[in-house]
Amino acid sequence: MQIDQKREIRFSDETMATVQKIIKRYPEGRQKSALIPVLHIAQAEFDGWLSPAVMDYVASIIGIQSIEVYEVASFYSMFNMKPVGKCLIEVCRTSSCWLMGAEDVVKHIENKLKIKDGETSADGQFTLKTVECLGSCGTAPMMQVGADYYENLTLEKVDSLLDQWKVEGKRSRYC
Amino acid sequence: MGKKLLLEHIDVPGINTLSVYRSKGGYTALDKALKTMTPDAVVEEVKTSGLRGRGGAGFPTGMKWSFLAKPEGVPRYVVCNADESEPGTFKDRYLMEKIPHLLIEGMIVSGFALGAKSSYIYIRGEYFYVARILEQAIAEAYEAGLLGKNILNSGFDHDCYVQVGAGAYICGEETALLESLEGKRGNPRIKPPFPAVAGLYGCPTVVNNVETIAAVVPIVNMGGAAYAGIGVGKSTGTKLISASGHINKPGVYEIELGVPVEEFIYSDEYCGGIKGDRKLKAVVAGGSSVPILPADLILKTANGEPRLMSYESLADGGFASGTMLGSGGFIVMDESTSIVKNLYTFTRFYHHESCGQCSPCREGTGWMEKILHKILHGHGSISDVDLLWDIQSKIEGKTICPLGDAAAWPVASAIRHFRGEFEEFVRNGHSIKDVRHYYRLNGLPEPAYS
Amino acid sequence: MAKVTIDDVTIEVPDGTTILQAARMIGGDLVPPAMCYYSKLKTSGGYCRTCIVKVEQGSAKDPRPMPKPVASCRTTVMDGMVVRNITSPEVLEARSGVVEFLLINHPLDCPVCDQAGECHLQDLAYEHGKEETRYEFERREFEQIDIGDKVQLHMNRCILCYRCVKVADQLTDGRVHGVLNRGDVAEISTYIQNSIENDFSGNVIDVCPVGALTDKTFRFKSRVWYTKPVDAHRDCPHCTGKVRLWYKGDDVLRVTARKDKYGEVEEWICNECRFDKKTTSDWVIEGPSKVDRHSVISANHYENLRVLKATIDRQKKALPHGEKVNLGQGALDPNNIHGK
Repeated sequence: MQIDQKREIRFSDETMATVQKIIKRYPEGRQKSALIPVLHIAQAEFDGWLSPAVMDYVASIIGIQSIEVYEVASFYSMFNMKPVGKCLIEVCRTSSCWLMGAEDVVKHIENKLKIKDGETSADGQFTLKTVECLGSCGTAPMMQVGADYYENLTLEKVDSLLDQWKVEGKRSRYC
Repeated sequence: MGKKLLLEHIDVPGINTLSVYRSKGGYTALDKALKTMTPDAVVEEVKTSGLRGRGGAGFPTGMKWSFLAKPEGVPRYVVCNADESEPGTFKDRYLMEKIPHLLIEGMIVSGFALGAKSSYIYIRGEYFYVARILEQAIAEAYEAGLLGKNILNSGFDHDCYVQVGAGAYICGEETALLESLEGKRGNPRIKPPFPAVAGLYGCPTVVNNVETIAAVVPIVNMGGAAYAGIGVGKSTGTKLISASGHINKPGVYEIELGVPVEEFIYSDEYCGGIKGDRKLKAVVAGGSSVPILPADLILKTANGEPRLMSYESLADGGFASGTMLGSGGFIVMDESTSIVKNLYTFTRFYHHESCGQCSPCREGTGWMEKILHKILHGHGSISDVDLLWDIQSKIEGKTICPLGDAAAWPVASAIRHFRGEFEEFVRNGHSIKDVRHYYRLNGLPEPAYS
Repeated sequence: MAKVTIDDVTIEVPDGTTILQAARMIGGDLVPPAMCYYSKLKTSGGYCRTCIVKVEQGSAKDPRPMPKPVASCRTTVMDGMVVRNITSPEVLEARSGVVEFLLINHPLDCPVCDQAGECHLQDLAYEHGKEETRYEFERREFEQIDIGDKVQLHMNRCILCYRCVKVADQLTDGRVHGVLNRGDVAEISTYIQNSIENDFSGNVIDVCPVGALTDKTFRFKSRVWYTKPVDAHRDCPHCTGKVRLWYKGDDVLRVTARKDKYGEVEEWICNECRFDKKTTSDWVIEGPSKVDRHSVISANHYENLRVLKATIDRQKKALPHGEKVNLGQGALDPNNIHGK
């Protein structure tokens, strides 16, 4: 996929205002609390993953050391430490979803997009990732794309969603 | 119909908005607390109510509140644990999504009771859209003077913030949650000190589950004694149960504690019976961490008494023949289910979610997953089952936080109650039974199972 | 003051003392082993779980036992507390479980590891481990990263004790390494191949209980048991200059801090002393060091093996009749020790 190496790592004024507002909501001296919310914003703004340059930028805004950002970012499963496709598809695979057929959903997506779990399609549009319980057990099987939950999946439903997303070049964003 | 205290108005259109919520009696508990009660009186009501933590451990909430240290000049915090990640559990998401103001009202009342000027709702990152709903509700509350300075002219100030996580089951452990809230890795802290003494930013902190905080609202409204009148024995009030798996009506149900398990599974008011009228095989009654029980033991205790949906009844018989109410994540499995395979998904989950801080959990969870993988693929031997048993026993109780226990219990209980199935796997290599969902997903008629 | 009884030995200690510290005050064989706790580093301990003990009685006021074994390094004593360590078969069994967990992914590269002979994991495995591994899967491997020209990082050997992270936090400013990722793939790393450079960075070598952080200037020079420890000092502008020189013949092969019998440094030393002063003329020699540990490193110092014999005797007493005391493969038969 295309990564613009020369792209300037810098929030827009509007985003920066949001970031500053988040930083201000914690008591004085506790600004590190803003790290996770700001990393979410950074990931959404800069191609859906956290490059070292992006993490260094976040460290400088919050006023902490870079290693502190690396430690935190690499701990949480929602932060992508490597580039991903435009649309990240996360399929739940834990108990209830498995009982209701999550494995078939994963296999179906793998066959359709010709990728394996964790891989990105050749056109850079889709990345498939299996994840652990997303709290949608009563509406299993399910998948998450960006902030949206797609529940009570059937293979036809998956098919039509994938077709639609391919045409519209969907981007996944949490925020 | 059982009494509904939390979800009574859940289906009212627009109940997620402040105006509709208020029209249905919303924020009367806050009004009552601020205008007619002292903070200590609220704590007393919660104590009287017998409310127990709804996140899984079932610790008496009033007692937890009364442990809160109150040194002069040190801020106190209320933190809501909305990191709901226990497989099989989705009740908090439902509550926050449908009736966010119930939680917000609970937060403000709890803040008043505990003398906290700020509170945080820590919600798992995957629930981003729910966080947006909460933020919206909070904005409405500020607008209406229910949050901020001098709430309802009572002189009480309170700010409430939503903090999103970023994908870590371990942050449901209260000290890991606080670490995460402080912008760190979600490593559980070594206790003591407990959060009641040194929690968020080193200040006294109470961490409660979403449902627990929401339950404070009806408790203040109706009084602790009336709340304690609902339910059975020390299991007072109502509980949200997330029902999933092979049932006709999966979803979130509010039950009066004490409903018989059999009624919960088979009556049309709740789960509506097993899909396709197949036989019940096993139930995980309180989220993935609690011991799995076979059909006969979940319906009746070892003494032959009907098993009830309550803390005590589900625990009857200890781990030998009982389980726990836990978070109320009720996963039902029919006769076609492979217990070994289901256990594999659990064990893979705990391996994935171990923070890696302490050695038994870091190394043991991965080891158990590998052994189960081996058994599942037909390469196991009987000694592997014994090894699994030994490994889980060496994790249980040896770790910093309860994730170690949570990883060990499902393994122990699956072997305890379904050892024969493990041995069958060892002998035959694979399960022939777990194919039913293939038909369902493809819209094909399901074959009959003998 | 609080009175605490550990393995039937009672001692009075100041309030706030941990069980482990109290045990160290008593000394001898009832001291729990510690792989991550380090008395000189704040907030250390609690992670490895090797020092777990059973609290049979919480305190005089509340005599109930604690429901689970506790990490003795992070649990403070209460007046009237009763603790069992080596007189509890459960504790010994649990500890052997912890040792097994620490070993399943640890590489079997002791023959080429510079730490061998002074490795705490080796000692632990000898004393509390089992004869053979039950782990039959591939051992975990990490990609090698370079963290500078003085310190070698072998992540495969790391047991995640967090000591080196705490050294960087508490001794130096501008920490550049930390723990990345989580679970069993958590690793010590700089993430972007940053070298760790500051005057005191070499101390991470001394605190590392295993061969994960070793001295590049000593790499493959000699097995430690062939080198002779000598205490020496110099007038150093950065640190106290009190060190231990490790000689082979007339050559100083290595400089470390002086360590006590628990393997903890007595005083931190600077990188100049450690890496740049390797001739005898740089130092004022004080005399041969006494290495007070029952490890390979104290070869020819048989007095420590008596302690080992005492440990075995006590363990025998704790176990049901006829059960074998498990000291791991190659355990010495204490009856055949005729030293000193």
